[in-house]
Amino acid sequence: MWEAIARNRRKSFVLISVMGAFMIGAGMLIAEAIWPGAYMAGGVVAIVLWAILSLTSFYGGDTVFLASAGARKIQKNDHPTLYNIVEEMCIAAGISKMPKIYIIDDNRPNAFAVGRDPEHASVAVTAGLLNRLNRDEVQGVVAHELAHIRNRDTLYVMVAAIMVGVIALMADVFLRYAWLTGGRHRSRRGKGGNQAQAVLLIIAILFAILGPIAVQLLYFALSRRREYLADACGALFTRYPEGLASALQKISANPGLKEKKNRVMSPMYIVNPLQTAAFAAGGLGSTHPPTKDRIRILRSMAGASLADYEAAFARSTNQSVVPKSALETSRAVGIRPPWRDEKHKKPEPDARQKARQTADLLWKLNKYVFIACACGTRLKLPPSFKLSKVTCPRCGRVHDVPRGAQAKA
Amino acid sequence: MSPVTIVLIVVFGLVVLWLIGAYNRLVRLRNQYKNAWAQIDVQLKRRWDLIPNLVETVKGYTKHEAETLQKVTEARNIAQRAAGQGVAKQAEAESMLSGALSRLMVVVEAYPELKANQNYLALQEELTSTENKIGFSRQFYNDTVMRFNTKIQMFPTNIVAGVFNFKQAEFFELKDEAAREAPKVQF
Repeated sequence: MWEAIARNRRKSFVLISVMGAFMIGAGMLIAEAIWPGAYMAGGVVAIVLWAILSLTSFYGGDTVFLASAGARKIQKNDHPTLYNIVEEMCIAAGISKMPKIYIIDDNRPNAFAVGRDPEHASVAVTAGLLNRLNRDEVQGVVAHELAHIRNRDTLYVMVAAIMVGVIALMADVFLRYAWLTGGRHRSRRGKGGNQAQAVLLIIAILFAILGPIAVQLLYFALSRRREYLADACGALFTRYPEGLASALQKISANPGLKEKKNRVMSPMYIVNPLQTAAFAAGGLGSTHPPTKDRIRILRSMAGASLADYEAAFARSTNQSVVPKSALETSRAVGIRPPWRDEKHKKPEPDARQKARQTADLLWKLNKYVFIACACGTRLKLPPSFKLSKVTCPRCGRVHDVPRGAQAKA
Repeated sequence: MSPVTIVLIVVFGLVVLWLIGAYNRLVRLRNQYKNAWAQIDVQLKRRWDLIPNLVETVKGYTKHEAETLQKVTEARNIAQRAAGQGVAKQAEAESMLSGALSRLMVVVEAYPELKANQNYLALQEELTSTENKIGFSRQFYNDTVMRFNTKIQMFPTNIVAGVFNFKQAEFFELKDEAAREAPKVQF
């Protein structure tokens, strides 16, 4: 899949460069329009801003996104099943360093991945996903996310997202500024200078208006192919396309997030959280292909290899999606049996146990204190609980509240 | 210098560059499959280490399964000894161990208190995950071997491979016990 990887890297590089050129051009124009002769200064300011922007988005983008989504990092002991699933998929994907794993406190199932390359990657899943999906389905979702990381989709989408956000911000600031001050400056010059200035101002405003739109369109059009490729790789890693298919089905029933809808970041999720069942995704302005199509293609695969996905995709849409080099080296791969099959009878915790496990984990992450009472009850105290002793509501024993101690689960 | 000489030098330079590139590609692919093999070893070793713990836990709850447990321990020791003896032998020994473990799992079904034991459940999760990891590392190894072998066979890299003595790698195929059992017919 080196073509997809190289393409994403190249496109990220191109996007940053184009962004730089655009900013320098806009900076010069804007500076010239407002203070004639100041185009050099405008260019320099733009270059500095561009450098800061590129570096921040490259090195800090994932931290920003994770924080804004309310993601909490977990260790292996916090949720061994999830950790094991991620570890399994790392082995299947050939990623040598485990990504950081995060949980989001939201009851609706969804997941996303961020990271500029596999060595600096993070995967986040919501509590709702852990509660509602079985092991095969979570494995499929994690495989899909790791495919994004390995194919460097996360790098490209991160760069594009920050660029889109900043262009929108710049355009907004500039328009406001031009509106407020344009009239004043123009009146100071002589008649001849006026026209040139007016033209420059108009061009600058056009830049400001069209820039965000163009980048948005670019951003949308390119995301859908990546989702299909990530589905294909996910099916290959797990050797079980049905896992990912049924996970997508469960997620698409209710993917939204209770936090404020963040349009810029929504493409990063496995199913677009802004899309509801009523408003079908898949139009020109959509970052994800229609979930129904994705499920149908996965379910019509004859085997689990990339060639099988390509065949299923061609049957469904008459187009091709997997790069040629990946098809050449793909060998025939059969679909494995589901994890929970009657013959091997591997136990899966039931829904209540899973919900309890996730809830406990979230409490622990929020620094609740756990006290195990001898009668079998576990007392869970919020961090704001200030008393030094607490009585068990069931048997009446008095316990000391550990001061400043980490939660004992 | 005549133009012909210059062209010849340039062409020669390009060929040398390509040779270097092809050699490096082969080395990279070979290292990839060797690393993938090391990964399988890590997971196999993890499974060996989990088994004594599992056997002890099960022994505490079951009275009549000594024979099955004994078989598991034996299979594990054989697999450990087969570690240095080549891909095919190791594959066979590990298949037998997988078989013994799944027979143990079937037997354990009859003991509900064991299945509710927290310790056992945690071990069970680790064991399942290790089995999965063995499977995935094996499939990744086979994928890298496929890439390496294809590259060696394809022209023109096969010339470089021949000159520098790159050998084909073996696939690591574990026989799946489930696949060998006959399907049940139900009326």
